[in-house]
Amino acid sequence: MNTLQIAVADGMTIAKRNALKIKRAPDLLGGVIALPIVFVLLFAYVFGSMIELPGISYGEYLIPGIFVQTIVMSAQITGYTLTHDLQKGIFDRFRTLPMSPSAVLTGQTLSDVIMNVTSIVVMALVGLVVGWRINSSPGEAVLGFVMLLLFAYAFSWVTAAVALALRKPDVFNNAATILSMPLVFLSNAFVDSARLPGPLQPIAEWNPVSTIVQAARELFGNVPPGAAEPAAWPLRHAVPVSLLWTAVLLVVFVPLATRLYRRAVSR
Amino acid sequence: MTAAIVAEGLVKRYGAVTALDGVDLTVPQGTVLGLLGPNGAGKTTTVRILTTLLKPDAGRAEVAGFDVVRDADRLRAHIGASGQYAAVDDHLTGAENLEMVGRLYHLGVRRSRRRARELLERFDLAEAADRPVQGYSGGMRRRLDLAGALVAEPPVLFLDEPTTGLDPRARAALWELIAELVAGGTTVLLTTQYLEEADRLAHRIAVVDHGRVIALGTADELKDQVGGDRIEVTVTSEADLRAAHDVLAPLAAGGVQADAGALRVTVPVSGGAAALTTALGRLADGRIAVRDAGLRRPTLDDVFLALTGHEAGREAEEKIKESVR
Repeated sequence: MNTLQIAVADGMTIAKRNALKIKRAPDLLGGVIALPIVFVLLFAYVFGSMIELPGISYGEYLIPGIFVQTIVMSAQITGYTLTHDLQKGIFDRFRTLPMSPSAVLTGQTLSDVIMNVTSIVVMALVGLVVGWRINSSPGEAVLGFVMLLLFAYAFSWVTAAVALALRKPDVFNNAATILSMPLVFLSNAFVDSARLPGPLQPIAEWNPVSTIVQAARELFGNVPPGAAEPAAWPLRHAVPVSLLWTAVLLVVFVPLATRLYRRAVSR
Repeated sequence: MTAAIVAEGLVKRYGAVTALDGVDLTVPQGTVLGLLGPNGAGKTTTVRILTTLLKPDAGRAEVAGFDVVRDADRLRAHIGASGQYAAVDDHLTGAENLEMVGRLYHLGVRRSRRRARELLERFDLAEAADRPVQGYSGGMRRRLDLAGALVAEPPVLFLDEPTTGLDPRARAALWELIAELVAGGTTVLLTTQYLEEADRLAHRIAVVDHGRVIALGTADELKDQVGGDRIEVTVTSEADLRAAHDVLAPLAAGGVQADAGALRVTVPVSGGAAALTTALGRLADGRIAVRDAGLRRPTLDDVFLALTGHEAGREAEEKIKESVR
């Protein structure tokens, strides 16, 4: 086997291990399956009963936002697994094996893809039950799911980098909660960002989460029919800018996480 | 005989603390070297450098003919390592843990699976093979971790305090296994705080203290190095312990040790049986009641004390007490 084949094979071995872990750990499995269901039902019925949009049900407007929220929130599982592995010494075992050193992170992020596919499928099904519909062409819908998964994959690397920089599970959990809340709520995931007050509006409009949510709404055909063209540049070109964001996150955070991993394990 | 492990002048510093201060080691192929020393002596740091987990700040080392820094990638296919803390995955079963290790050694699916079953059988884990490790006892985890080190049948094996936390039966079984592997040509470097273990398993022993190898040799050589025999006298009261210490001190060829708990005085002497006769005469003259007296060869405990000025066992015992708490 050449170096690349070894790297791929080792990445798959680690991904399989992580997938088994998620399957066997009720707390992790809850994050992948239960949390998305709770999010969909809670937001659809609580906010859905209060907020009215012209020409579209709030549930329909909401689901793309929930998709992105869940991707951001459940990325915490990535950090949780990595920080716990760091504490347990299993990386020492890996590092004395003739495996590809990159496999720990590629395997981790690969198993995150499996996790994200699962929770997006769960959310889409529950979404259909509460009134979400895809009003676009099948091609656009497929592109919508692919774009969400690509963003999720890139975001796994962001979380991995943060986790490897902080190293301790409790420190990471606190930081992840504090960072992910404003990232999700200071966006257009639940409300129209154009109607936010003063300085919150530009923040929400330039928040990458808003771009992804807007792109998902466009690709699934969930933009309210009477809605005005968004003023902010990233929202007007949501689909290409989403892909751009994804690429930028990967270019920055793949090497960064790799470097932080090497630093975290060699002390 | 070729050397499976060679280390020359290994230095490792953590900020102002020097963990290794120039460690030299040679382990001939097919032999066991015991790295003996108290906590913090540098045993684990040495093992971490030799297993490519740490880079030395100075010095060089070769394992199985590969440089630990330059050829680290190729070296790893030839070693197995088991650390102080069982590096096993709680959510995976015993079999899945070992299969994963086999896959990462690139043994292929079928061989990894077969090897996992063999090792589980051998380590008395066959019944627990398909249960998640979460439910394993401490001793079972330890055994699984050791099995992990043997998956690829590596020619060089590093065992960092392999029997810490094992019950006496499991410890004896492990000793037997190590002896078997060595008979088959495996080279082993093991660290231990237990002198008995080093005496029993190791062909040669390196005594480590404060980041240096302060003595190296077979158990017998080390005992000779400390010289002479020991007179051991057990008395019946604490007052007599002090008295015995005072009358025997002039006979001593080294430091006299008085153990208040066991009411025992240990005196290194050079005169053999004649010295024992003299000692008994002095004790009788001083009207000191003797419960037991005898002459013995120095133990590795004596060696350790003579070389480092402190006992090896004490810290090990405290560590066990802490872990019990």
